[in-house]
Amino acid sequence: MNKLIRIISRFVTFGALAISTAFTHLHSEDTVKVGILHSLSGTMAISETSLRDVLLFTFDEINASGGVLGKMIEPVEADGASDWPTFAEKAEELLAKDEASAVFGCWTSVSRKFVLPVFEKYNGLLFYPVQYEGEEESPNIFYTAEAVGQQAIPAVDYLLEEGYTKFYLIGTDYVYPQTTNIVLFEYLLSKGIPVENIGGGIRYEGDVAVSAGNYTPFGHTDFQQIVAEIKDFAASGGACVVNTINGDANVPFFKEIASSGLTSDDCPIVSFSLSEDEFRGLPTKDLVGHLGCWTYFMSIDSPANDAFKANFQEWLADSAPAAVQKEGRVTCSPMVLSYNGVYLWKAAVEKAGTFETDAVIAALESGISFDGPGGKVTTQENHHLTKSVYIGETLEDGQFDILEVMPDVYGEPWLKGTFK
Amino acid sequence: MALSTGMKKEMGTLCAVMGLLMLIPLLNAIGPISGPFSVSSFEVSLWGKYLTYAVLAMSLNLLWGYTGLLCLCQSLFFALGGYAMGMYLMLMIGERGAYKSVLPDFMVFLGYQKLPLHWEPFYNFWFTLGAILWVPGLIAFAFGFLAFRSRIKGVYFSILTQALTYAACLMFFRNDFTFGGNNGFTDFKDILGFNINSDGSIRGLFIASAFLVLITYLVTSGLLATKFGKVQQAIRDSENRVLYSGYSTTSFKLTIFVISAMIAGAAGALYVPQVGGINPSVMEAAKSLEVVVWVAVGGRGTKWGPVIGAVLVNFIKSYTTHAFPDYWLIIMGGMFVMVVLFMPYGIVGVYQQVKSYLARNRSFETTTV
Repeated sequence: MNKLIRIISRFVTFGALAISTAFTHLHSEDTVKVGILHSLSGTMAISETSLRDVLLFTFDEINASGGVLGKMIEPVEADGASDWPTFAEKAEELLAKDEASAVFGCWTSVSRKFVLPVFEKYNGLLFYPVQYEGEEESPNIFYTAEAVGQQAIPAVDYLLEEGYTKFYLIGTDYVYPQTTNIVLFEYLLSKGIPVENIGGGIRYEGDVAVSAGNYTPFGHTDFQQIVAEIKDFAASGGACVVNTINGDANVPFFKEIASSGLTSDDCPIVSFSLSEDEFRGLPTKDLVGHLGCWTYFMSIDSPANDAFKANFQEWLADSAPAAVQKEGRVTCSPMVLSYNGVYLWKAAVEKAGTFETDAVIAALESGISFDGPGGKVTTQENHHLTKSVYIGETLEDGQFDILEVMPDVYGEPWLKGTFK
Repeated sequence: MALSTGMKKEMGTLCAVMGLLMLIPLLNAIGPISGPFSVSSFEVSLWGKYLTYAVLAMSLNLLWGYTGLLCLCQSLFFALGGYAMGMYLMLMIGERGAYKSVLPDFMVFLGYQKLPLHWEPFYNFWFTLGAILWVPGLIAFAFGFLAFRSRIKGVYFSILTQALTYAACLMFFRNDFTFGGNNGFTDFKDILGFNINSDGSIRGLFIASAFLVLITYLVTSGLLATKFGKVQQAIRDSENRVLYSGYSTTSFKLTIFVISAMIAGAAGALYVPQVGGINPSVMEAAKSLEVVVWVAVGGRGTKWGPVIGAVLVNFIKSYTTHAFPDYWLIIMGGMFVMVVLFMPYGIVGVYQQVKSYLARNRSFETTTV
């Protein structure tokens, strides 16, 4: 027993030593601290860890070519743990304690909503890389993400061009699908699609439509009834489905679609939450032929994209930290938007000649361009980006075959109520 | 009335703890800006958050530690108190939201023409204060009445409470439930007319949380000293014997359940302004399990155990999610395993454990020599 205690105490001393050495960070004048705030644990980790990885890669790439204003980037990571109060706490820690010059992070809308007051309070700078619902324009956030007008509307435009006349809206019950679908509802009406050709159900408050589409909770598994409804809806032909279902729930949804006998020829489904990275974890079999719409696809054939993909793989093989998963990695739109965000921040800092937040924001607002893997992106005064939109068809290997490119689409967050 | 030495000692500890806690806002207000004695507003609100967690743990300890009811919906009561406070804070934003409307942003977004009726009274701070207590209290009463009267005990009670919080969570996630759905409430501006982000408000909320710890402590130890408290502990040790002695255990359990829910609600109400928001994930079933872990780590059925457990576990979580973002779950998990294996009475019990171990060793040595 005494021996056991001695062993334990030795372990404890060793642990304390290890922790105290980890404490002593190397502080130096020629580095600049930049925060990474993503979920590395919990339900969102599967998506957000990839963004952390690509950010680390981008910082290494910039540091290798001389850093920003002669300073090396020193990344400071924090785990938001898929828990929104934790996101707020970590944001405050990054700004108040680490004094991070900029923070790259967040995936879900609710995490962004929780950190927004923190960034405004400390006058910080957040780059947000994931497609979102708009209806927001914080002075301290840059939305490198796709706004509704850069994903849902171009997708519907494409479907209208292809001659589809009936649209079924389905999504998970939270703010991004709700907003996207109500904007799409207004947009479709303005394009002359009659109300009865918009499926999924419309909820009215007085005479005003306040919600359009069929909503399921997070992690929903039973789509039998909904798919039967879609089948009825599509029976007369010319129908398509606009899918804003989030994450895992897509698996049972597409399974049900496949087993009901609906094919992508009868009724194509365009999804906004499924990118190459999600296909690492989801079976693609049932999705082949259905559509996706993003501002980047891994299959884009350009020298910039080839270089980006090759450099990322090389980094994974040679210099990625131990915690980063190295096999079977792909690139996707949120990853590229994170990557673009870092380079836009670098360009803005260099233009402003300082890391000071107000000057960097002013430089970003003045319009800065970067030729990224998905084509040229330009910052706008309203903190969004002008960028190209791609429509693709899902292939068996989880890649997309690009069907159409819409160049230089303006990012507009305030779309609700604008289509008459 | 003369105080016994035991009570004097307890009072001394209590005063010392409160004094130490008060140092935090004091150093924040008049302390140095840098150096080991500087306390930033961020740290004040962080410790304020830990204190609300401590109260939540104490409220569970009242049930689990002293009455033997393993309640797995404590986070629901916590969230209900938080939502009540959140409604008041949302209304106080006024026309400073994104849509410049008197309605909270999410209502404008969901197309509400006017404020729902049940939101109206939350303009009044005193009504809100009441609701923070009676809403969780009422839910606990209704649920507890049905559960205890049907003699639902042990693991069945735990499962039912977990189902209750799960159901409530799903309901709050719905956008048409008028509580903001998944996004919940965020971006508060004022509390009682003060800017919620000002250093003064942050200190005020911290002090309020510290006093809530004090009040909860006094309520708990006050209860334990009475006959009511004795019956309560007897229920934990052998409910049937209490029942056969002629006590209606239902009403005892119901009373303690309601008190515990109200304390959790009060903790939630102080949690929300310090964290800056609330959404239904606060009432997820897993969150209630976390509270059980805090109590177990600190020491179940002890007065200070839950406080120590809640503060320590959350402090380590805060530290490791930043210092070791990839490995913090392993560190925390390892710590919990260590506690379960080597500290059956929690951190508070270690002193006693070591003492009895030494005593045993000594007597062993004397007998063998």
